[in-house]
Amino acid sequence: MPSQAIGAHGVSKSFAETDVLRSISFDLDVATWTTILGPSGCGKTTLLRILAGLLDSDAGDVSVGSSAGVPNRAAYLPQRDTLLPWRTALDNAILAAEIEGRPRAAARAEAVELFTHFGLAGFEDRFPSQLSGGMRQRLALIRTFLAHRDVVLLDEPLGALDPLTRATLQDWLLSVWTELRKTVLLVTHDVEEALLLSDRILVMTERPASIALDAPVELRRPRERASADLAAEKGKLLGILLGGTR
Amino acid sequence: MRRLSNVAAPVALLVFLLAIWQGAVWLFDVPHYILPAPSRIADAFISHFPSLLHHAAATLAEIVLGLVLGGVGGFALAVAVFYSPVLERALYPLIVASQMIPVFAIAPLLIVWMGYGLWPKATVAALIGFFPIVVNASDGLRSPNEESVELFRSLGATRGQIFAKLRLPASLPTLFAGMKVAVTLCVVGATIGEWVGAHRGLGYLMLQSNALLRVDLVFAAILMLSILGLLLFGTVRIIERHALRWRDTDGLTGRGPE
Repeated sequence: MPSQAIGAHGVSKSFAETDVLRSISFDLDVATWTTILGPSGCGKTTLLRILAGLLDSDAGDVSVGSSAGVPNRAAYLPQRDTLLPWRTALDNAILAAEIEGRPRAAARAEAVELFTHFGLAGFEDRFPSQLSGGMRQRLALIRTFLAHRDVVLLDEPLGALDPLTRATLQDWLLSVWTELRKTVLLVTHDVEEALLLSDRILVMTERPASIALDAPVELRRPRERASADLAAEKGKLLGILLGGTR
Repeated sequence: MRRLSNVAAPVALLVFLLAIWQGAVWLFDVPHYILPAPSRIADAFISHFPSLLHHAAATLAEIVLGLVLGGVGGFALAVAVFYSPVLERALYPLIVASQMIPVFAIAPLLIVWMGYGLWPKATVAALIGFFPIVVNASDGLRSPNEESVELFRSLGATRGQIFAKLRLPASLPTLFAGMKVAVTLCVVGATIGEWVGAHRGLGYLMLQSNALLRVDLVFAAILMLSILGLLLFGTVRIIERHALRWRDTDGLTGRGPE
């Protein structure tokens, strides 16, 4: 099994006259968590959409989850709410299985198990409108993990939540990841979130975006939000992010 | 309790208006062939009930057939216009323009082409009923945001799956809104169709009774037509409630704990 889950080599993209991405390159190892940090509107979402196969790059190439030569596209969670309001929580969770034509009963059984395991038990038959913001986001994340892809691309999944719910979901997400061992690429502009969750952090510059920093996170897990080590790392990263805007 | 007061308010208003009507006819001694009192209309409604029912059945068939034709045709047009920009540019202005033509102008032609039976009336009903369905269904098909479409595409969904699992269910709320408007328009359409040429139906009964100065029967037919319209409207609402169960649930069961 190759140890590389995502590869990007010299990826560039521009829309009309605007250069958005300029020669982005990285290789991500299987079952690791990488976070992309960068200023707003720098092209993070564009990069994720290219990796998800929704957009073609102008130059360079990408490879995603190439286990044994089988094309295995990534599971992508867009930034805006994409739960289907007319489906129950459980039916939302098995959307990928339904689209791929996998047996429904098996998919439902698997989803029920994940619901039980990850704190959504009892909400299977609720509609999204009956769930709180945090629950909805958990459901969207469970749906993403249930797509049976080795690579998971998350575009600011916790961005719209209040700080407390957000902290709860960060811990929750970490437990899901530890359990399911997927390769995760997360986009966020929350430095603390990046440090708490990631094995590795990529910092992108303003448009046209290139990679300003590509560094492993040396903090030992489990990590503490309030620890001095994390605060020190946060200071360093913020310095780089703010320096990049000069 | 809320449901009771919902019904009580319009009923009270209706009773109040009927009382004024009754009082005015009695007070000013209005001849019944000009304006019959509500009591006289009620008499006519009861004594002619079998006949009213007979005519109502014909009108109901016309309305329902018109609604089905307009609904299916309108939705098919909305889908065609949605998926083909060429068709949209070609058809949409014509669809809008078609609504500027008074149905009264077309109805006699339809009688000439289709005869005196069910079809010309159903066609008149469909011709005015399809418009709110096209407009509303088009809006509904367009309603899913770009991210939802990309989510489906990232999962490898085909265009057919995106239609069946995303756009179609997303279009239902506005489609039902269009259906509710279409029901009332189809009632009008069927009646117009009957005025132009028929030998059965509530519109036909109105015309006949009017010619015979049986104004009480005209009102009885109008009453029957209103009842028919309300029943159809109610039926669409019941189907809507069932199909859009997910929408009515807000606030009823409350929000889940965090």
